[in-house]
Amino acid sequence: MNHDAYPDNYIRAILNSVKSIAMVGASPVNVRPSYFAFKYLSQRGYDMIPINPGHVGKELLGKPFVASLSDIGHPIDMIDIFRNSSHIMPVVEEALTLDPLPKVIWMQLGARDDAAAAKAESVGIKVVMNRCPKIEYGRLSSEISWMGVNSRTLSSKRPPAPTQGMRLSLNRMSVGGGDTAASDRAAKNKSEQT
Amino acid sequence: MSDRLPGFSTLAVHAGAQPDPTTGARATPIYQTTSFVFNDADHAASLFGLQAFGNIYTRIGNPTNAVLEERVAALEGGTAALAVASGHAAQVVVLQQLLQPGDEFIAARKLYGGSINQFTHAFKSFGWNVVWADSDDIASFERAITPRTKAIFIESIANPGGSITDIEAISTVARKAGVPLIVDNTLASPYLIRPIDHGADIVVHSLTKFLGGHGNSLGGIIVDAGTFDWSTGGKYPMLSEPRPEYHGIRLQETFGNFAFAIACRVLGLRDLGPALSPFNAFMILTGIETLPLRMQRHCDNAKAVAEFLAGHPAVASVSYAGLASDKYHQLARKYAPKGAGAVFTFSLKGGYDAGVSLVSKLQLFSHLANVGDTRSLVIHPASTTHSQLDDAAKIKSGAGPDVVRLSIGIEDKEDLIADLEQALGA
Repeated sequence: MNHDAYPDNYIRAILNSVKSIAMVGASPVNVRPSYFAFKYLSQRGYDMIPINPGHVGKELLGKPFVASLSDIGHPIDMIDIFRNSSHIMPVVEEALTLDPLPKVIWMQLGARDDAAAAKAESVGIKVVMNRCPKIEYGRLSSEISWMGVNSRTLSSKRPPAPTQGMRLSLNRMSVGGGDTAASDRAAKNKSEQT
Repeated sequence: MSDRLPGFSTLAVHAGAQPDPTTGARATPIYQTTSFVFNDADHAASLFGLQAFGNIYTRIGNPTNAVLEERVAALEGGTAALAVASGHAAQVVVLQQLLQPGDEFIAARKLYGGSINQFTHAFKSFGWNVVWADSDDIASFERAITPRTKAIFIESIANPGGSITDIEAISTVARKAGVPLIVDNTLASPYLIRPIDHGADIVVHSLTKFLGGHGNSLGGIIVDAGTFDWSTGGKYPMLSEPRPEYHGIRLQETFGNFAFAIACRVLGLRDLGPALSPFNAFMILTGIETLPLRMQRHCDNAKAVAEFLAGHPAVASVSYAGLASDKYHQLARKYAPKGAGAVFTFSLKGGYDAGVSLVSKLQLFSHLANVGDTRSLVIHPASTTHSQLDDAAKIKSGAGPDVVRLSIGIEDKEDLIADLEQALGA
């Protein structure tokens, strides 16, 4: 996979197929991005599991914190890693010990570890890096357009009237795929410098 | 669901707009409301905390305005946009995110006269210090860089003379200095030039001009290219540092490559207040649907009128980059191959008096202080838009006393030429 720019169909297929998401580094602090994403994805119908050894015994939006991936005790579709790039590898290594393996490993905005990605991809796991699933869900559904964001999708279809907590259709026509050309170039230049 | 890239005209009609879910209305409705009902207390808290996508209050966002924002972002190739009340408001909101009191920004000397006033006088009172540079001398931008420089500001096609700016060369200077390049793309519109493709980090527009295009609604917009890394060196604390207004959120960390547009909305528009009326957003959206058709006609007419003037005995010189003899013709061919815009100046052998006489005799051209209307417009910058500059600054910005500025409309070009001919000849 080219991790500088993802086709929309790649992201769309992931968000349309996964049902359970374990979020490593989920924070109970309601101004942290992990909290926003956890809450949003829960509301859109994903079965969210918060992983954070520092908060075991507490709950995040009604879901009990779990200490580690291996403590979940049932199969999960996707792991969403809210850690810095330097802390990615151990999480991926732990993920690779799970049976069955997760289908997707997703690293948050700003997080990228190409070696860890290659390791996961070598056993057939799909990898997304430096993206936020909340933003991608909002973009492909065009819900993020409320904030003036370029969803890079079009549709001439009448959408259903929105109600609280509904799943949104992500199957709109893509305009450019992944990200804008200019922002992709900038991200690539940055990752090559580091 | 394919990743096929639609063309510019398709985006001009469709981007950002889909049928209204409640009524099925196909045209974008005018959501003429100040505020939006929350689902419950938790939803309200999520919206105020920037945790959920949705509407609160029209000063912060409005569904009609959001369609306009996404459409212009798509046309410019940006990640997000924010519509505001005017082009001037866009400039205030952009610089508020970038500059602290005592900081500097570099601006090209050839600018819309209103921008020169805003930068020189109004921004000085905020402690934002403009340093002028010359677009024809790229090294003058490099020389102007200091440790307090926070941004570079240029126009893609400069007002009033219609000169073309070498965006790529100046973006190289900006990148080397680690500051964002802001490009005012008003006179080109994204149909002629997409500054982000040439290295711009932020694009601003007066929507009042060619994008709206009909001379009926004020508006401005800010487009985030998603290319600048705001996190390094603590130079841009509005984006990189925890914001006390939002319980310590860091905008770049939370919103990634559209954090600048969000900062403009939640720190700029929310707190400074220059919101765009949804009615104006609707008028401008309708205008944008025909932008590619209008802009090509504007350019074709402008070239015909410029050629006529260049051959007229009463005319001393014509400054239009679409003419092969023009100083900026090579840059126009590179940056604006479809046309060099429709705003340009010419000077009369008869000087100031001849300019005043011409303006008074024209029958189709309207004498007023705007550009980018369907109607052809004329003005004498030295006595109007640029009148607050001293004589030397007038000449440097291309608005000397003998200079007349035209904004060519979409009428029949033969009628425009005939009107100029009778006014020049008598």
